[in-house]
Amino acid sequence: MNREPILQVDNLTKLYAAGKGCEAVSFDLYPGEVLGIVGESGSGKSTLLNCLSVRLAPDEGDIHYLTRADEWVNLYGLSESRQRHLQRTEWGIVHQHPRDGLRMGVSAGANIGERLMATGERHYGNLRQTAQSWMNDVELDIARIDDKPTTYSGGMQQRLQIARNLVTHPRLVFMDEPTGGLDVSVQARLLDLLRQLVTEMNLAVVIVTHDLAVARLLAQRLIVMRHGRVVETGLTDQVLDDPQHAYTQLLVSSVLTS
Amino acid sequence: MNPQTIREGYNFAYLDEQTKRMIRRALLKAVAIPGYQVPFGGREMPMPYGWGTGGMQVTAAVIGENDCLKVIDQGADDTTNAVSIRAFFRDLTGVRTTEKTEEATLIQTRHRIPEKPLQAGQVLVYQVPIPEPLRFIEPSEVETRKMHALEDYGVMHIKLYEDIAQFGHIATAYAYPVLVNGRYVMDPSPIPKFDNPKMDNSPALQLFGAGREKRIYAIPPYTDVKSLDFEDHPFEVQRWEQCCAICGSDESFLDEVIMDDQGAHEFICSDTDYCRERMANLEVTA
Amino acid sequence: MYVAVKGGEKAISAAHELLAKVRRGDTREAELSVKQVEQQLPLAVARVMTEGAVYDPELAALAIKQSAGDLVEAIFLLRAYKTTLNRFGICEPINTETMQIERRISATYKDLPGGQVLGPTFDYTHRLLDFSLMAEGDVSEPSVADISPSAEMSAEPVSVEPVSKVLEILERENLMVSESDHQSEPTDITRDPITYPAERSARLQSLVQGDEGFLLALGYSTQRGYGRNHPFAGEIRIGEVEVSIVPEELGFEITIGAVQMTECEMVNGFTRHRDGEVKFTRGYGVGFGQCERKAMAMALVDRSLQAADYDEEVVSPAQQEEFVLSHCDNVEAAGFVSHLKLPHYVDFQSELELLRRIRAAEQSDSAKDMN
Repeated sequence: MNREPILQVDNLTKLYAAGKGCEAVSFDLYPGEVLGIVGESGSGKSTLLNCLSVRLAPDEGDIHYLTRADEWVNLYGLSESRQRHLQRTEWGIVHQHPRDGLRMGVSAGANIGERLMATGERHYGNLRQTAQSWMNDVELDIARIDDKPTTYSGGMQQRLQIARNLVTHPRLVFMDEPTGGLDVSVQARLLDLLRQLVTEMNLAVVIVTHDLAVARLLAQRLIVMRHGRVVETGLTDQVLDDPQHAYTQLLVSSVLTS
Repeated sequence: MNPQTIREGYNFAYLDEQTKRMIRRALLKAVAIPGYQVPFGGREMPMPYGWGTGGMQVTAAVIGENDCLKVIDQGADDTTNAVSIRAFFRDLTGVRTTEKTEEATLIQTRHRIPEKPLQAGQVLVYQVPIPEPLRFIEPSEVETRKMHALEDYGVMHIKLYEDIAQFGHIATAYAYPVLVNGRYVMDPSPIPKFDNPKMDNSPALQLFGAGREKRIYAIPPYTDVKSLDFEDHPFEVQRWEQCCAICGSDESFLDEVIMDDQGAHEFICSDTDYCRERMANLEVTA
Repeated sequence: MYVAVKGGEKAISAAHELLAKVRRGDTREAELSVKQVEQQLPLAVARVMTEGAVYDPELAALAIKQSAGDLVEAIFLLRAYKTTLNRFGICEPINTETMQIERRISATYKDLPGGQVLGPTFDYTHRLLDFSLMAEGDVSEPSVADISPSAEMSAEPVSVEPVSKVLEILERENLMVSESDHQSEPTDITRDPITYPAERSARLQSLVQGDEGFLLALGYSTQRGYGRNHPFAGEIRIGEVEVSIVPEELGFEITIGAVQMTECEMVNGFTRHRDGEVKFTRGYGVGFGQCERKAMAMALVDRSLQAADYDEEVVSPAQQEEFVLSHCDNVEAAGFVSHLKLPHYVDFQSELELLRRIRAAEQSDSAKDMN
């Protein structure tokens, strides 16, 4: 594995009020690494994710990102047009609610093809083929390529959202509770799929979840947050099997006993 | 000034000189940034919004006493709205008017570009109902202006993609979006896509006025104007199997005319001047 | 000692007298007759009849006079009057195809059987104040006189034959979804309140009575991209249609009169239908008298409200049936907005008391913190 990080977060702070938001968060993320951010709701996970994915300007701190062209950029120093460009080429964002990440009014094929068209693909046949191959990869019936996401189940919508994000072969994907609203059986299959894609595509992922089982399955490393601050970090197995901080212990034990 | 006729109590071409200057400044900016929508302080005109107030303000701002004005609506000089707007300018400027495309220095149009190729020195003023080509994908103005600024145009092709997926080909027949000078996606106003190629590298100056939406944009002479498409579904103009029932033209844009209650129909040229001239030539040669 | 305000009776009757005075204006000017209103403000009369849901130009004129020109108030008066009327029968569906055309235009075809008949319209007038109308007794020339109508346009109808409908021509060519008679009894919203999702008949009745301004704004919003439906004014016709009933004791149809109506049929963007065919869709608008703006706005909104039928995404206000239908009635809307003028002393007193209590509690808390 390349030992140069892809993302360097330094003292990132975004506070709405004391203890609300995220405060003084620093970490490095390496290519192909899946980093889980865990904590209960209100702990600042989503605020952190929004700051990382350039959707919410932080009050303090810097985020540096190594682009595909091997250039270090300060994300909040970039123009909005470069930020958007990164978002739709090198990154993916998978929202908890597929509605937030899909165009509900256009077909599945168009949803998958949008990023390709935005980056200059002008061949309908190719777009079609790519969309079909991605539907295959995420286990969607390709016969439904012209159906709108509104006619899909929640699990199918989430698969479509994943395909739509991965179609441009991003290097870095942000996921916000990607299995959040789904049935347990659907969740398990989606997690399998995510794990497989992440490995195959060597994706760097920042995944926010309150579900430690999801974190254990996907993430190699964890950040535990509480009241906007990082209380513990480490390799996933280490953190979950031998939690050091009292809060992490509480979090882990509450899952085990439940 | 032409002393003969201008309605008493009104300035030449209705608008006051301050307003004309404001519009001219917007026009200059529009010409400098082809395809970019320039906001301007549109005024109330004595016609309803949507009936050509934008085009009229542009015409009023650029018309001079030596101009010769042609007004068409749907390609025809004799449609009611064209008649009304022509009468308005005749009344308030006293300039010469014409129905002949080649005679006109200034042509105000709704929904068509004349069949006869325009010449250097001519100005074509379009009446524009909705200037924003992204409007039907994104209703918010804040968002669309940002999309233009960032050249974030992927969504335009989504519409075309959906057409092909659903109907087998691009199903936009009028107001077909174009890319101007390789930069701005622009709505050519609701002209049929048949007319789109006439905009490309035209020697004439093309000005677009949207009164209700208070936007002006322009295509300077000899500017690239490309209709959006896919490599494997290239842009095509519509063709008819029929010819004009009057002049027999098989290359002009045809209007359908219903002949009886059974729906029998014939086709005639939408461009009345073009049709008339062809008939005149046929009579001469006959 | 303070004496509370009691018994508004005197105040109310004084207010009525003042209103009557305001309505009458300067008594040196001749009083406006109901007949004058009916004859000289026919477009106001048409709106009041349409939204008041009673076809009676004289009563509508009376309502306009009585309301001092406040048309929403006049509509209210006519609706309230309607409540008092006996229902002695239900007429046969009117047939607008047999309309005696006074105006008929199509924006989709340059020429068509029956022709384009401009009729009385503001459309091509230049909106310049006509000061000659200020001079009394003058009948001014129409300002369109200097515009020569084109060959296919006439200002007056040329025939009294039934004129076939533009949309039916498209239907016959299989290019237009057909409006079919379900043979079921239409809902009557004056008898059964609307429930959602509403029947089309209930929806159309509600829109006919709906406020012109509200529907206009909603229709306009669809044109600007909030639920776009690609409209073309397929046909607008204005004229008289006969009204007939079939009395039970007779068993056959007899004509009881004629009403002037405006009808707008909108041709809307095509789509692939559930039967697999690609066809244009349509919207319908209608009203009493000459009420073109209303009929067009209604047709736009009618089409928007069919979004679900064509699997369109329902995201814009004009597509939301419940939102549109439950807020389009101006008698309901004006009533509820104006009710804010009624005393709310008791409710307000409760709020006031609560707010004071919260603030007092917070102040004593912060006082404690300081100590």
